[in-house]
Amino acid sequence: MYKMQSRDKRYMGIDYPIKTVDLKRFYGKICALNGVSIKVNEGEIFGLLGPNGAGKTTLIRILTTLLLPTSGKAYVLGYDVEKEYREIRKRINMVSGGEEVGYGILTVQETLYLFSQFYGLPLKETRKRISELSDLLDLGPHLQKRVSRLSTGLRQRMNIARGFINNPDCIFLDEPTMGLDVESSINVRKFIKRWVKEKEGKTILLTTHNMYEAEELCDRIAIINKGEIFACDTPKGLKDLVKKEDIYEFEIKAKEYETKKIDDFYILEKKRLEGERFYIKIRAPKNIPFEKLIKEIRKDNTEIISFKKIEPTLEEVFVKLVGKSFEEVERE
Amino acid sequence: MIKKFKESFSINLRTLIARAYVRIVATHREGSWIFLNGLTGIISLASYVYLYRNLGAKKIYEGFVIIGSFILAFWINVLWSIASQLYWEKLSGNLRYFIIAPCSKMAILIGMSFGGIYMILLRSSFVLFLAFFVFKTPLKYFNPLLIFLTFFITLFGLYGLGMAFSSLYLLWGREAWHLSSLFQEPIYAFSGLYYPIRVLPIFIVIIFSLIPLTLGLDAMRQCFYGKEAEGLLNVYLELIILTFLSIIFIFLSYLSLKKMEEVARKKGTLIERWQ
Repeated sequence: MYKMQSRDKRYMGIDYPIKTVDLKRFYGKICALNGVSIKVNEGEIFGLLGPNGAGKTTLIRILTTLLLPTSGKAYVLGYDVEKEYREIRKRINMVSGGEEVGYGILTVQETLYLFSQFYGLPLKETRKRISELSDLLDLGPHLQKRVSRLSTGLRQRMNIARGFINNPDCIFLDEPTMGLDVESSINVRKFIKRWVKEKEGKTILLTTHNMYEAEELCDRIAIINKGEIFACDTPKGLKDLVKKEDIYEFEIKAKEYETKKIDDFYILEKKRLEGERFYIKIRAPKNIPFEKLIKEIRKDNTEIISFKKIEPTLEEVFVKLVGKSFEEVERE
Repeated sequence: MIKKFKESFSINLRTLIARAYVRIVATHREGSWIFLNGLTGIISLASYVYLYRNLGAKKIYEGFVIIGSFILAFWINVLWSIASQLYWEKLSGNLRYFIIAPCSKMAILIGMSFGGIYMILLRSSFVLFLAFFVFKTPLKYFNPLLIFLTFFITLFGLYGLGMAFSSLYLLWGREAWHLSSLFQEPIYAFSGLYYPIRVLPIFIVIIFSLIPLTLGLDAMRQCFYGKEAEGLLNVYLELIILTFLSIIFIFLSYLSLKKMEEVARKKGTLIERWQ
């Protein structure tokens, strides 16, 4: 078993467990990555969010030493992906969604044993890790089942256990919940969050085109399209890019409620729900205090039943940055 | 330096055992396979035995067929489960995980080979003993040490060639089954599986002697039947040539694996599923 030394060396002056500098990759004349520069911090879940064909998988392939960049530099745990790939391989792992890894004839336990041996894990340590991971991923009752008899969800959970079996310092998750049902996706996301929280000094780079997943899991997100990074920030920071005004939804009780301009507030939508109950959607500029809005609505004995603030979605952020939605980009 | 070597040796030994384990487990988990596959082997073998009997050929020709059939099973395993294996691993999505693992890819291939040898040895031994028992074909000599040595060196050469092919299959970018078929059919005719290789023109003998099956088979027959086997060369000379070929194939497989990985990293398509 290899001893992890990367953290002791503090990534050999690179300062980040993952760092790319002006990374480019061409497949013939097609540009898959066009000058990507990212810095991922230790202990972080870093997301790459973009539509299919954005360059996410190409970036992961370069960082996992499966592919060489055409130009630029990439470092993982302080090692150069081009020249020091052997050192990187001892310390990383990868999980891709929608894959059928392993051999149908083996059981889940045997599959995990097989892949653990590629990392030189002693048998005692292997047993311990299989037990830990199967507890975390709820694989315990299925360890003796043959892989060919597993459902898609169980198979992906086994695949995730395989990826974490060598306790990597840095793990690359390429659409890890692709093709999973809602419950399995929730379990996988819970596991990922728990792993990075409980294990010190681990780093996760995750690609997804699922906005909800990116927002729920990632500390920071880079929005990527056509091989270029458009923005990189926390989910909140990204949303603030599009949030010039706040949007609120109210349910109110009033005799009648006129659609009108109230000072700096704009009623975007109004509809009668039932009897004297109305739904209204209001846009308020960021610099106007919320109390003023409440005061305005309560005029004429209007009663507020409920309200909620509408946050912009990452989809809106993407549209603002790229000028098109995911679907439009994928259709092109 | 010593620590690094020990570390590397340990990881590669573990990899080798784990990859061999897959095939050993598969052999025992699908035990009926050995019986059914062995039975079909006996049936195809019987057709040649009865053909020789009808033609009034010498009795040892039946022995030729039995030994040929024993070795042939290994050659088929080499083509379909070693040479093609990286291609199947690519299709199943395992290959990229093999590549990013820190173990030597040679250890994976050697593990596959050991597992394959175990699997076929069980099946072929069953066929061999059943065939000698059913057809009552006589054995002239029995030198266990020489037989074991010849068999071992032949397998070394065959599986070495298979390992070299495994990366070349990916580099050639052809469908694995087309290539395996291409290598399988001519071998039936030109490696002397069912008759002594001597009957063929010398240039064919030289070309097909590059495949360890040809010389290995010839040497095995000589171990059992001596001069009556109408061997091509002296057994010991054949063993020296086979050893030499085996070393070349193993070295070639190391080089081709390295090349395959290099090309895969450059092109980005070689090891990816559906590409």
